[in-house]
Amino acid sequence: MNRFLLPLAGFALLAIVLGVGIRHSKTKGVVVSPLIGRPAPDYVLPNLIEPAEKFDSRSMKGRWYVLNVWGTWCVECRAEHPVLVEAQRSGSLPIVGLNWKDSDEEARSWLAALGNPYVAVPVDAEGRIAIDYGVYGAPETFLVDPQGVIVHKHIGPLSAEIWQRDFVNRTTGAARTGS
Amino acid sequence: MLPELGHFALILALLLAGLQAFYGLAAPALGRERWLAAVIPATAGQVVMVGTAFACLVASFVRFDFSVAYVAENSNSALPLVYRIAAVWGAHEGSLLLWITLLAAWTVAVAFGVARLPPRFGARVLGVLGLVSFGFLLFTLATSNPFLRLDPPVPDGRDLNPLLQDPALAMHPPLLYTGYVGFAVAFAFAIAAMLEGRLDQTWARWTRPWTLAAWAFLTCGIALGSWWAYYELGWGGYWFWDPVENASFMPWLVGTALIHSLAVTDKRGLFKSWTLLLAIIAFSLSLLGTFLVRSGVLVSVHSFAADPARGVFILAFLVIMIGGALTLYAWRAPLLKSDAGFEFASRESFLLFNNILLVIAATTVFGGTLAPLISDTLGLGTLSVGPQYFNPTFLLPMLPLLALAAIAVHANWKRGRLPARRRSLLGTALAGLAVAFALVFGYYAGRAGLALLSLTLGVWLILSTLVDPLDRLRRGLSMPRAIVGMTLAHVAVGVFVIAVTAVETYTAERDIALAQGETAHVGGFDFRFDGVGALDGPNYDGVQGTVQVSRDGAPVITLHPQKRRYLVQQSVMTEAAIASQAGRDLFVALGEDLGAGRWSLRIQIRPLINYIWLAAALMALGGFLAASDRRYRNVRAPATAPVDTGQGSPA
Repeated sequence: MNRFLLPLAGFALLAIVLGVGIRHSKTKGVVVSPLIGRPAPDYVLPNLIEPAEKFDSRSMKGRWYVLNVWGTWCVECRAEHPVLVEAQRSGSLPIVGLNWKDSDEEARSWLAALGNPYVAVPVDAEGRIAIDYGVYGAPETFLVDPQGVIVHKHIGPLSAEIWQRDFVNRTTGAARTGS
Repeated sequence: MLPELGHFALILALLLAGLQAFYGLAAPALGRERWLAAVIPATAGQVVMVGTAFACLVASFVRFDFSVAYVAENSNSALPLVYRIAAVWGAHEGSLLLWITLLAAWTVAVAFGVARLPPRFGARVLGVLGLVSFGFLLFTLATSNPFLRLDPPVPDGRDLNPLLQDPALAMHPPLLYTGYVGFAVAFAFAIAAMLEGRLDQTWARWTRPWTLAAWAFLTCGIALGSWWAYYELGWGGYWFWDPVENASFMPWLVGTALIHSLAVTDKRGLFKSWTLLLAIIAFSLSLLGTFLVRSGVLVSVHSFAADPARGVFILAFLVIMIGGALTLYAWRAPLLKSDAGFEFASRESFLLFNNILLVIAATTVFGGTLAPLISDTLGLGTLSVGPQYFNPTFLLPMLPLLALAAIAVHANWKRGRLPARRRSLLGTALAGLAVAFALVFGYYAGRAGLALLSLTLGVWLILSTLVDPLDRLRRGLSMPRAIVGMTLAHVAVGVFVIAVTAVETYTAERDIALAQGETAHVGGFDFRFDGVGALDGPNYDGVQGTVQVSRDGAPVITLHPQKRRYLVQQSVMTEAAIASQAGRDLFVALGEDLGAGRWSLRIQIRPLINYIWLAAALMALGGFLAASDRRYRNVRAPATAPVDTGQGSPA
């Protein structure tokens, strides 16, 4: 074998890794975040729903909740919104909606028109908190456990199945094992 | 009508690209000389059709045609004209069309360039470019058609992501892609040379200006992205080792190795197989960058809608193009022989070390970028690779590279006569050390350690680079653009190193809450907060703070950090106030209103940060100057016969 075949062999190996990588991304649709297993960053932000008071993320400690990052400028957020509204109706998990780089006025009229699935809407106008959470592009959704630890992150719009499988089931599963 | 016309033009472009590839590659291979005449018309047709498709998409944006899904998703009736045009490449489908359009533009330039070269060789170059274009056109039409209609049309579009509404970012993808696509030209020349068996040094001469220009464009594109991140995102950083940044940086590193290796092949006929391999790898990494961003395999800031089906297509394309090129390489490269030798301290040796170190650097970046993917694929769990990995592993090959560069500019071709240059080498090195000492212990009076080393190397490189050109000037010798460009680029590397060292070592930063009239002391400057007032701009309102900066009681400047609410674009943006002084940036961003007249402020003093982009601009300018050197313009095919493959019957 000649040494000039080495680049080809290296490339073949890379192609296999990439191929497997694609299959993974297809089945999982999940991109792992380094934040998983870490405490969710704390923040205090204005609350869009209750302008009189600020929203403190620590007020969510002690229960499972979902943090959904959205903006009215985000096309896929509109697609996932009915899923969130339905999820809120079923009452399975409280959802906090981090309003990312948005205008308050637009956001309010969006919630008025499409329904409000959120228990609170912290306003992250500059995107500082989104940076803490490593948000790449809306929508992104985090599942936070009662100890305030991020256990799951979903990138892209939610569907009813994803919501049940990756969010609701995780909380009940954890409850069964008593952790 | 326009979207249908654009769609139709894309289909025609695909067919013509197929013809361009077929005639370009088959005519020389089968010895059908008459087919050669078909290459240029097919190429011209392809280029015109691609241009038509691109124009149709631009027109759809300009005319607010929200019946086109891509337009509706990425623009809005209130979006200004310049951003409606920039929105063309605001998402995946249009980005691809931009890629194809820029490839068409390069193809036009190459078609004129190869007119002076042997017709068979020129046909092969255009044939390879046609193949690349065919692949991307097929990809676009099959998975990412930007001309799909919405039924029923929506009354208004959903607007361009506000993050992308920025002049620097509007220009960033075109420049970056021009660089990426430019490496396709070096790739096409390498493939054509291998097919032709013309593996003497002339192909290196022909390839050099194209590679230099592509490299210079890529430099501009990367620098503009970094500049945007610093000024507009207001994060204060200029490089984040994000997968997509890395995807553009890897071809840059290999491209840098390539332009140096090409110089050796051109001048001395050495490193032939290595240069071919680098040309293949540089373009492969450009394709891989596209793959990583578009396939959803790695997710990053830039991938808004990744789609695995697209990933499969790109992977197949990668396997055909890169796999094919590397197979050709494995077959042809063993036939290369070079009989020229060189001594240890000759310029050839130094350029060999340059190549090795640059490739090591590219490999560490490659490893860090793909490690999360590999770990995930092998089921080893999640892995996150950040600056803790990249900074030290990147520095390790870079520091010796700088020292070698400072010495190498003194080395002669072929012969190791460095001892004769001992005086100027030692002199510039000592001067570098003295300047570094003065900066570290005198001017900045801060941490030393690594800063002392890298400042010394930076200053040494600048001084050492200038010795020979100044000598030429003094002796009244001519200064070809190649030498001016090379000098400029090497000086720029020195400036870059100094700037990065200063920023990384001596940045002063504070996040602080101030009430009106209170003062913060940061890095020798006093920042007095004089409260906020209402702001009323042409298309925004908001608040504006006033911060008086003084040093030792003497006023320096008044800064006005703003929080703007754009009325048209409906988004809130923080406009950090940045005062660029000769030696530093003073940076003040307005944070939150904490009530009772108190505001949170972020104050930073970043020494020399502007010189990072100045250096990048100088590097690019050097590249363009060298690419425009006269000796590349009058290239003619030399009378030499193709290299004897030595194995009886070359195919």
